[in-house]
Amino acid sequence: MQSSVSKNWCVGRILRLVLVAFAWPATSCFAEPARSSWSPTNIFAPNSTPADSVFGLSIFVLTVTAVIFVIVFALLAYAVLKFRKRADDDGRDPPQVYGSMQVELAWTIIPLLIVVALFLAAARVIANVQRPGLPANAIEVVAVGHQFWWEYRYPRLNVVAANELHVPVSDPEHPTPTLIRLLSADTDHSFWVPRLAGKTDLIPNHPNRMWIDPHQTGVYLGQCAQYCGVQHAKMLLRVYVQSRDEFDRWIKEQAQPARANDAISRGQRIFQTTACINCHAVAGTVANGRFGPDLTHLMSRETIGAGAARNTSENLRLWIRNPGALKPGCLMPAMEMSDQEVDAITAYLQTLQ
Amino acid sequence: MTSITAEKLQTQWVLPSRGRVGMFALIAAESGIFVIFVVAYLFYIGKSVSGPTPQSVLRMPIFYTACLLSSSVTIHMALKKLGQGSSRSFAMLWIATLALGATFLFGTATEWHRLIYEHGLTIGTNLFGTTYYSLVGLHGFHVILGLVCLSIVAAFSLLGKVNQGHTERLDVLSLYWHFVDAVWVVVFTVVYLIGR
Amino acid sequence: MSTDSILWPQGKTAIRPFVDTLHDWITTVDHKRIGLLYILYSLVFLLIAGLEAAIMRVQLLRPHNSFVSPQVFNRMFTMHGTTMIFFVIMPLVFGFANYLLPLMIGARDMAFPRLNALSFWLTAFGGIFLYFSLVGANGLYGAGNAPDVGWFAYAPLTSQTFSVGHSTDFWSLSLLISGFGSIGTAVNIIATIISLRCPGMTLGKMPLLAWLNLVMAVLVILAISPLTAAQLMLVADRYLGSHFFDTQAGGSAVMWMHFFWIFGHPEVYVLVLPAFAFASEIIPVFSRKAIFGYPVMVAATVAIGFIAMSVWAHHMFTVGMSSAANTFFVLSTMAIAVPTGIKIFNWLATMWGGKIEFKTPMLFCIGFLFQFLIAGLTGVMLGTAPFDWQLGSSYFVVAHFHYVIVGGILFTTFAAFYYWFPKMSGKMYNETLGKLHFLLFFIGFHLTFDFMHVPGLLGMPRRIYTYEPGRGWDVWNVIVTIGVFFQAAAVLVFIGGLLWAYFKGKSAGNDPWDAWTLEWSTPSPPPVYNFAVIPSVRSRRPLWDLKHPDDPDWKYE
Repeated sequence: MQSSVSKNWCVGRILRLVLVAFAWPATSCFAEPARSSWSPTNIFAPNSTPADSVFGLSIFVLTVTAVIFVIVFALLAYAVLKFRKRADDDGRDPPQVYGSMQVELAWTIIPLLIVVALFLAAARVIANVQRPGLPANAIEVVAVGHQFWWEYRYPRLNVVAANELHVPVSDPEHPTPTLIRLLSADTDHSFWVPRLAGKTDLIPNHPNRMWIDPHQTGVYLGQCAQYCGVQHAKMLLRVYVQSRDEFDRWIKEQAQPARANDAISRGQRIFQTTACINCHAVAGTVANGRFGPDLTHLMSRETIGAGAARNTSENLRLWIRNPGALKPGCLMPAMEMSDQEVDAITAYLQTLQ
Repeated sequence: MTSITAEKLQTQWVLPSRGRVGMFALIAAESGIFVIFVVAYLFYIGKSVSGPTPQSVLRMPIFYTACLLSSSVTIHMALKKLGQGSSRSFAMLWIATLALGATFLFGTATEWHRLIYEHGLTIGTNLFGTTYYSLVGLHGFHVILGLVCLSIVAAFSLLGKVNQGHTERLDVLSLYWHFVDAVWVVVFTVVYLIGR
Repeated sequence: MSTDSILWPQGKTAIRPFVDTLHDWITTVDHKRIGLLYILYSLVFLLIAGLEAAIMRVQLLRPHNSFVSPQVFNRMFTMHGTTMIFFVIMPLVFGFANYLLPLMIGARDMAFPRLNALSFWLTAFGGIFLYFSLVGANGLYGAGNAPDVGWFAYAPLTSQTFSVGHSTDFWSLSLLISGFGSIGTAVNIIATIISLRCPGMTLGKMPLLAWLNLVMAVLVILAISPLTAAQLMLVADRYLGSHFFDTQAGGSAVMWMHFFWIFGHPEVYVLVLPAFAFASEIIPVFSRKAIFGYPVMVAATVAIGFIAMSVWAHHMFTVGMSSAANTFFVLSTMAIAVPTGIKIFNWLATMWGGKIEFKTPMLFCIGFLFQFLIAGLTGVMLGTAPFDWQLGSSYFVVAHFHYVIVGGILFTTFAAFYYWFPKMSGKMYNETLGKLHFLLFFIGFHLTFDFMHVPGLLGMPRRIYTYEPGRGWDVWNVIVTIGVFFQAAAVLVFIGGLLWAYFKGKSAGNDPWDAWTLEWSTPSPPPVYNFAVIPSVRSRRPLWDLKHPDDPDWKYE
């Protein structure tokens, strides 16, 4: 019969290989909060209190499960090696052991205790994150999920924006968190910026709320995390955390209507007389469509199409001519316009600073 | 030789009949479906955005409920008679069950006719319409299935083919009919008592 | 009905016309043949669904890849999930249950043979109907479309507004139809186990496989009913104008989630309990020891069955439930880890002090123990709701459930194939090919599903047809894709090996494994009537009693 010794060597080697392969990326993901070079969306690089709370819990859970894994795996490996049938076996069946009440009790009670510990830890974090006492100066944002873009309204500040969320940085001594109410205009979506908080869904007829208080300025990335249709993959999130001054300045600019032009440009005329205004709004003009993103301050954004492309002249032109080229299946139709019309509209849009 | 011999068992080896077990399992499955529709009904009470409300259009179907619940009694009595060998009494009681069940169904039909044509309530009108018609309709569908089975047995009975030996099988069928009645008790409570 | 062996063509008489054989198989009510039909059916769909997975993995090899369009990709993950759950694993589970249960409890057939056949054909039709959507979904004009709403089809994406055409209807109706088949099989399993056990086989003496399938069947009844109800509601919404999930009319999208997961969670226990059953039969035989703690194993199984009905909303932690609700579901989810862990320890204790033989079935069971341990632990991670707020709907979840389904369930199913193949066919498989299958699959499985956890930890959500560069996900996706090819090779070796064994394998005899349950007392393959004389039993291992008359089990139980 086949040598069981060589078989065990084979099995043992594979098991060791797997253990190493599994442990290496797992431990390398435990980056310190400041080091996010692994990924801009690393859940182990939190930079906001909700994400920090989750991070703390996750380390506890990972430690407990790692210990359990090591113990049980060691027992399994030992059993496989020690109790294998030897080449010189006498062919008789070993003593039959049918059970042991003490052993069963032991490995029922200990897991129960572990379960209780994990449960209590989780319950505490749930309470912290879901029922925070937010200060009165929290910024309020209403985020509305659309297929396949994000609408942001700041009701108290009179701002309507799209796709790029701006919030002020929050000093842990004097926190200025941002409260986000989550609504949906069509299907289910989910707001997930891993470094700022866990994800919360946007569900029609079911308003949700979440909050963030980013500790450092910068751009935080994420994307929609609930399948919402064809272009779910390109419903990207960009959160711009700014200093208080910069944020206030941004708010002031966004609250302005569109810069008025002395001569109504040709592009503006085409924009306002074709179907564009059915879907898009430009504050201070006749365009007040709500189906697509508000374009009043389009040029203040770094990307278009909810992150589908950088906001360059070239891309803008391409997008207007045929959105499906950059984001196939998105809901903006190709308007079948001539080259000159597309040029004119692009020029007009580029005045919307 | 493949038999496994052991010492002769002292007691007789009797297990529950597979027909009864199977029917209970089926009833459990059907109950699961009804529970979900009941949950939907309860959840949506008071949440209709527009349209007729239960209070304004529903009338308690006391008479038809009594018919359906009596049919449980008649079917039970029918099987008792069959067990004693009186096929004639069985046939009469069985057909009485059929008639009572059909009357209930007729009652549901007239109720729906009134709701649709006098009050304009359909399954698409509002959440009340949606949950009412689906729950009562699902129950009615099960009544229809039951009546079909009862009719087949009635036909065999009238042809003189049903005798005492069939009692156990028909007993299993009666379990289904009792289930249909029990569901109606729940539906009645939810729709006409709680929901109004 | 002839008493010829079922699979082995003996050919002493004139060859029967193929049409006659085909007719026999299509009209059969014999549990063994129906079992084989289920198993062969599921193998075909395993290959198809595997192809769908391969297509997705090639698309995800690098960011902004254009191997398939987003529309095709979305159909792939919908069909892959739906097919694997409903038309691969469930038929496998039902097939083995059908084949083994009557043999293991000393009965001649299932309680309701004709219902058995009906249930199979309903399930089979459901699968074919689902795939007909590829041609039929848009009607006569243009090519059809497979459903693309994801296997859990959240409302309101499935409403007429957002899912035009008929693809969602094919999804909904095929599940409705095969759901009736599943309920029929569950009713049959329960009635068989309760009513057809041979004399002396009390509930406390029947094999663990019977217990696990009994609890599985009860879960099917409790789980498929909500799914049926939800599908009826969805069809009503789409065609009768009802408003169950119509958020514009005050309906609730969350209610679909609740109903679906009230089905969805017990469903995964439906899939895993039979896997536990295989492990509970195979590990003792290849350790040469009785299962450790039979009564506790039964109690743990029943406990799992109960608790399984109370954990469903751990799939909905991100939906915005109250903190009280979230907390409750954390507790129930954690609780179910306890009986599951008990089982792992009991299997370990069975091996402890034994004489382990590393035949192919045992290799797959050892792999199962290792992988199911990990899967359970990642499940505990996901069960702590705040951790799930980050990990949920990401590739971490995809890795977790594939760890359970492939690393746990498929591994034990492969073990079951090799263990009972000699009984079903009368031939012994080739041990070298079996070990090659194990090695290739083990490597491929770990390449794919170990490394799949990492993109989840780095923020990659699921169901995306492409991803952005610069997020740190690229290299992991490449490794994950490479593993797929190892697994594909392994499955080819598996099928080739079975075919080789069927045609060229050595005769296996009644009891090649020196095992202890009743099926090994019949010829291989068993005659259509199973037992010439219905056996009586006195312990949990009747054949052990026969082989060890001086030391029978009933002295110790």
